[in-house]
Amino acid sequence: MTDLIKKSKGSDSTKVPTKSILIQGEEYITNYSKKYENRKKWVKPDDKLVYSYIPGTITEIYVKEGQITQKGEKMLLLEAMKMLNSIIVPVSGKIKKINVKVGDKIPKGFLMAEYE
Amino acid sequence: MAVKNKIQELKLKRQQVEMGGGEEAIEKQQALGKLTARERVLALLDNDSFHEYDLFVEHDARDFDMDKKVLHGDGVIIGTGTIYGQPVCIFAQDFTVAGGSLGMMHARKITKIMDHALKMMVPLIGINDSGGARIQEGVNSLAGYGEIFFRNTLSSGVIPQLSVILGPCAGGAVYSPALTDFVFMVDKISKMFITGPEVIKTVLGEEISMEDLGGARVHSEITGNAHFFAESERECFEQIKKLLSFVPRSNDSKVIQIESKEPKAKYSINNIVPNDPKQPYDIRDVVKAIVDDSDFLEIQELWAQNMVIGFGRINGLTCGFVCNQPLVLAGVLDVDSSDKAARFIRYCDAFNIPIVTLVDLPGYLPGIDQEHAGVIRHGAKILYAYSEATVAKLTVIIRKAYGGGYIAMGSRHLRSDFVFAWPGAEIAVMGPEGAANIIFRKEIMSAKNPEEMRKKKVQEYKEKFANPYVAASRGYVDSVIEPSETRKVLIHAIEVAKNKSISGPKKKHGLPPF
Repeated sequence: MTDLIKKSKGSDSTKVPTKSILIQGEEYITNYSKKYENRKKWVKPDDKLVYSYIPGTITEIYVKEGQITQKGEKMLLLEAMKMLNSIIVPVSGKIKKINVKVGDKIPKGFLMAEYE
Repeated sequence: MAVKNKIQELKLKRQQVEMGGGEEAIEKQQALGKLTARERVLALLDNDSFHEYDLFVEHDARDFDMDKKVLHGDGVIIGTGTIYGQPVCIFAQDFTVAGGSLGMMHARKITKIMDHALKMMVPLIGINDSGGARIQEGVNSLAGYGEIFFRNTLSSGVIPQLSVILGPCAGGAVYSPALTDFVFMVDKISKMFITGPEVIKTVLGEEISMEDLGGARVHSEITGNAHFFAESERECFEQIKKLLSFVPRSNDSKVIQIESKEPKAKYSINNIVPNDPKQPYDIRDVVKAIVDDSDFLEIQELWAQNMVIGFGRINGLTCGFVCNQPLVLAGVLDVDSSDKAARFIRYCDAFNIPIVTLVDLPGYLPGIDQEHAGVIRHGAKILYAYSEATVAKLTVIIRKAYGGGYIAMGSRHLRSDFVFAWPGAEIAVMGPEGAANIIFRKEIMSAKNPEEMRKKKVQEYKEKFANPYVAASRGYVDSVIEPSETRKVLIHAIEVAKNKSISGPKKKHGLPPF
């Protein structure tokens, strides 16, 4: 069974830690992970900005720029995953800008419209 | 026909089928830098140990002119063999035959060998290299996948299940590997995704290569799907053999005890850990200073590196190591590291492998991203896994053990059998700075020189509480030991806990937060 024992791959560390992390008042010297370095900054959600929650195609737009709409009205149709998804007006008010037109293919998180 | 001729006929038939998809398809496979399914099986198993079954199985699909197509072995090889003399069941999808696509008979061959593995209580190895469902066989192909997933789940925790991804593994096919214990991937050869780059391009207009979407590196570093990353197929086979040398062949059998060997002199346990709890070091050096021959097989080496998990032997017996890694993110618990440790703890428990926990962490990682990613739900997994495990649990507190992190990392309160601490251990509700700021807030605020008072109070707290003796005075720590005694006390603890037997309340199954 001696050939069962082979050198393990986990290499001895050569990276010299240069970063630090603050936890409960203590600052620890350490390395960051890629994921930690690439973490997204949080932004406070704003009802006046209408983002797509799923990638898809705009198939219908029921509103115009400058129009005053009521919360709950149909705003546009976003076809995604073989479904026609209604995008609903999130706040009552005047539409400042519409950033899409019928036929546009948009990714998730795309700013479709802005309210005043 | 004379017997001699019949034997000749068999030989010819075998030869024909063993060519898989034929010379042209084999050349294509080789051009991609890939071995053929047969070469893989032979390279992985002990010499001359492979026994093949269902070589002459054929599909009976009729639609879309399928009745005119001959698919040798229906695109998959199944059989039994040995690795280091230990029996295993194995299947290998053959990409040279109709792209290794999964039809009904292909799936039946796989489920046949899976059933064997479970009945015979031996490890199952699945080599995946397939374009996916055989569309011409329609719902029969889907049924095949479902039958495989069901058996993966049934075998889970009974026999080790290893998935080796050596080609594409897309769509529903990814869920068989995902249900198994260990996934092996090879750089530039393995690809796993639910929806491929083409669909993503059509639907989203986003362009991405297969490698960037679901290559070995992505699954080893980002998703945590892969447990082992290799540069080549040969290296991958060595990893599989090495892993199998550490684990018992089923939950009903013992791991093979081999001759004990002292750790290598290079890893001197007294000189690895700095006194200052804010200074980092590589926890793997401590593991190597404890385990036989300093031989440690790390699992998920590239993902959630703030937690180190893997197998090593103590006195010739396999142990599962769960360790905080101060070198990365100060060794904190977070969403990924909790997930990583919890699954490994459950693996060790299922297969009766003692768990050795090495503790050195400041607590859970603060941050909006962590809170919103569900660190409550994921962090709970590690508490659940430790509490639920009935196998021998041995904990060594190396340095810091603060707050929730102290409780989570195999503490006495989650029923660890033996809890040891090094003399430099700091077992406290939080680090001295934070604690002093809260407890002595009034004194600090009202002092003439608040900064000086703060420093004084931090020092006071450090002297009183930043040690292992408060916890030891309550019996939460069984023994404060010198670092150099660690291996000795662990050898003894494992020996004492050999016949540990406890059982919890009767239940169908618990509800871990996954």
